[in-house]
Amino acid sequence: MTLNEVIHILDGELLCCDEKMSMEITDVCASDLMSDVLAFGTAGSLLITGLTNAQSVNTADVADIVAIAYVRGKRPADDVVRLAKERGLPVLVCALSLYEACGKMYEHGLAAGSEIREPQ
Amino acid sequence: MSDEGQIMLRETFTVAGGDFSHAGRVSTTIKSMLKQIGFPSAVIRRTAIATYEAEMNVVVYADRADVTFEVTPKTIRVTLADQGQGIADLELAMQEGFSTATDEIREMGFGAGMGLPNIKRNADELEINSEVGVGTTVKITINAGE
Repeated sequence: MTLNEVIHILDGELLCCDEKMSMEITDVCASDLMSDVLAFGTAGSLLITGLTNAQSVNTADVADIVAIAYVRGKRPADDVVRLAKERGLPVLVCALSLYEACGKMYEHGLAAGSEIREPQ
Repeated sequence: MSDEGQIMLRETFTVAGGDFSHAGRVSTTIKSMLKQIGFPSAVIRRTAIATYEAEMNVVVYADRADVTFEVTPKTIRVTLADQGQGIADLELAMQEGFSTATDEIREMGFGAGMGLPNIKRNADELEINSEVGVGTTVKITINAGE
């Protein structure tokens, strides 16, 4: 689905990079732990997180995450949005919980954007 | 395999310990440079993730570090030489889940004990030398072909 459809489904608000509304999203990874996004997230995914600091944007950038949806009504500070804009990374906010946002994406057929290994 | 004589690009950077507002700047700069050169995206991603994890370790645990970024036709090498507390038990630090991070670090989304193991996963070669009370040198080598 397109980023525009993601925003509609999550009842979200896009904070930057409007030009990327038609970008295709196929996979989702969700975590508040950036260490795990770096370790398990897959390239090309949408990141759903409640962590709104600059490291969420840096993590997305280095891990080739294509967009971030911030949940629980959390809003990143202006400098974080500015950083995302500089990197060409669309970020949106929504009032859903992490669980609800993931559920909606799953319900609409998006795949898991994470590589999980067998428990050791 | 050594192609030390054919360095195509060499840059140095400094990372300041405790400077959370600029954490990630070196790795994202290196990523942009590799993109401009035109390396495969999977190679760039592995380099960026390994460098970012190492950069965050410097910001969190060390006083400062000199970072050397070198590109040869066959390899990408990032060396982070820090001055800081060092790693007392490297074998333990390499285990997933082991961490000495504070709550403040965890609130930032890090400190899950995934840093060094994740550097190892993304690097083709990883060399770590550490002396307690002096510092740690992390040498990350990525093969430039996929």
